[in-house]
Amino acid sequence: MSPAAIEIRHVSKHFRLYHEHYSSLKERMIHFGRIPFEDFIALDDIDVEVEEGSTVGILGHNGSGKSTLLKCVAGILQPNQGEIVTRGRLAALLELGAGFHPELTGRENIFMNASILGLSKRDINSVFDEIVAFAELEKFIDMQVRHYSSGMYIRLGFAVAVNVDPDILLVDEVLSVGDEAFQRKCLERVKRFQREGRTILFVTHAPDLIRRICDRGIVLDHGEMIADTLPGEAVRTFRETLQRSGLADPTIEAVEAAAEAAGSGAPHTTHGRKMAASATHKVKITNVTIEHPGTLDGHTWLLPNEAMTIRVGYRASEPTDDLLFGIAIHDQEGNSIFGTNTKIADVAVPVADGDGQVTFDFEHIPLLDGTYLVTLAIQSTDEGTVYDWSDQQYQFEVMNPARTAGLVALPVQVRFDMPYAHRVEGSGS
Amino acid sequence: MRDARVVRSRTSVIERFRRIVAYRELLVGMTRKELKIKYKNSILGFAWSLLNPLLYLVVFYVAFVKILGSGVPEFPIFLLSGLLVWNLFSTALGAATSSVVANAGLVKKVSFPREILPLAAVGSMLVHFFLQSMVLFAVIAILLRPVAWEYLALLPLALVALLLLTGALGILLSATNVYLRDTQHFVELALLAWFWVTPIVYGYMTIGRRSGWFAKAYMLNPVTPIVLIFQRTIYAKLDNTRVPVGAVGREILPHWPMTGYLAYLGYSFVFGAVMLAVAIAVFGRSEANFAEEL
Repeated sequence: MSPAAIEIRHVSKHFRLYHEHYSSLKERMIHFGRIPFEDFIALDDIDVEVEEGSTVGILGHNGSGKSTLLKCVAGILQPNQGEIVTRGRLAALLELGAGFHPELTGRENIFMNASILGLSKRDINSVFDEIVAFAELEKFIDMQVRHYSSGMYIRLGFAVAVNVDPDILLVDEVLSVGDEAFQRKCLERVKRFQREGRTILFVTHAPDLIRRICDRGIVLDHGEMIADTLPGEAVRTFRETLQRSGLADPTIEAVEAAAEAAGSGAPHTTHGRKMAASATHKVKITNVTIEHPGTLDGHTWLLPNEAMTIRVGYRASEPTDDLLFGIAIHDQEGNSIFGTNTKIADVAVPVADGDGQVTFDFEHIPLLDGTYLVTLAIQSTDEGTVYDWSDQQYQFEVMNPARTAGLVALPVQVRFDMPYAHRVEGSGS
Repeated sequence: MRDARVVRSRTSVIERFRRIVAYRELLVGMTRKELKIKYKNSILGFAWSLLNPLLYLVVFYVAFVKILGSGVPEFPIFLLSGLLVWNLFSTALGAATSSVVANAGLVKKVSFPREILPLAAVGSMLVHFFLQSMVLFAVIAILLRPVAWEYLALLPLALVALLLLTGALGILLSATNVYLRDTQHFVELALLAWFWVTPIVYGYMTIGRRSGWFAKAYMLNPVTPIVLIFQRTIYAKLDNTRVPVGAVGREILPHWPMTGYLAYLGYSFVFGAVMLAVAIAVFGRSEANFAEEL
């Protein structure tokens, strides 16, 4: 067996966190010997091997040490203990950009960057056009980089890193920026690298990406490695750490922030807000519980095709007739996945007076990985009056341990028909 | 088998030195980048680097010859032969000191021996030095002024000693500057003092003929031997013949044989080499957290 492409041997990294940053001599003299600091352990005895040709994803919440680990592998930071051995040319894409000089043009920066990565002038000349084409910067290549937009900056960085023929590619969150078309292009390139047997180590917030392209997932939590396992398992462990530390899934935060930023751009949210604002609260939703096998085990996710029950408690301030209870399920982008109500389901609704409860029993949830948002509504049967509207306030998560991709768990059997096999056999004679 | 690279907390000075040498091609590229950036948005470009010593020349000529009445004959040639050396030293040291901080974007994103940054700063100043020297040599050629040909071979040696010294100090100060940002200002002041204890605007023998602790301490300046060799070669006048023998101001440069100048230059080499080892060791220890400090 060939030696591993990356060997991380018992690596620890500490930082001194100063509460005040003193960087002038005067300040250092005044505070000499009593500059308060905390010893922060960013990485604690990490031991990982990455075989040549494999793709390994590092998951972890903010501050878990995942970027620090990547920087150590890249040789930008040095560990306090332990050592890291990398074999072959290494290209790293850390956070935004790849270390361009703002005063230089795109062309000059390409030469600069590629030569740091160890390419000779002739090598660079031969890949130069490819880099420019990949970054889609033909028109701007002789412009100073400081005039570039952040998207152009990132595209150029990625283009250089993937076109310098690296044996090892380190990627930090880069796949989550840039427009969708470019992201797809990057992902395609990453997949081509995988086919070509190159080694990829990347840090991401997106559990879905780990499942889609990684052979292995590593989970870091407060500088400790708590999992080094199959991608599906790693994602589950990651979700558990998030819950333990009371942090929300960053993907949800991102979606919420995006929805917030989009404002009127997300029609459904606007609609929901309008409906919620027009609610009379004559009949109010008092409490909502979502139950599935996962909640019994104490976590928020369920497996695809498991059953789920949503109970909605309500209270009517005065006897109310002519009611309609509705439910809708959306994905993270706010796309409607499913919606029904008591009228569609043809269920008789009792007159509401005081407290009541309506239960939605789902025999199974045929969804794949993701976080799903639940909207609940109480309206009049003609939907003219909104009594209460809870817009995407509740959520559940589905965790897919397998590597199937997409949104819906479609039952599928794969087989080869016998006649084909005969033909193959027959062709020999 | 692909070559393996090891990242660990401590690497020996020799190992670090070897890495710097392995990246020499990058050093050339970085030097070119430094020059490009410097003149990116200026119309006069390289002309500035020629203007600078001329301006100095005018100022010092007025101050020393017209006001103080310095008796050094052919003062402009004398001044320039030492001033060019000093300019290389001081501008390179200033640029090297701020080099790591100035290239923070690179340091935080890409891995390479960071010593390349101060060295590239020195390299770009070396290019300026050659340009400025051309002016001096052109003047000498036009005036058909004799130089000490036999000493010409010492010039490259002296230049190497100067680069060694500047590179070493530059590496050391660039690391210090990451943690103590006022190193830059400190260096400016120190260079001002250093200039006056180097025989550039006055002849070495002004101090050299004296005895006592000051004259001895004065000789410890590692830039002095380098300046002396440049003056001995290009200026080549040992005495001011208009002043009587034995009187103050008669001797300008020391009456040493070539071996004397060489031996004194040896001191600069030893000083520079020791400094380089110290600098790389210090740099190596502090480099671990550059990316975090910047």
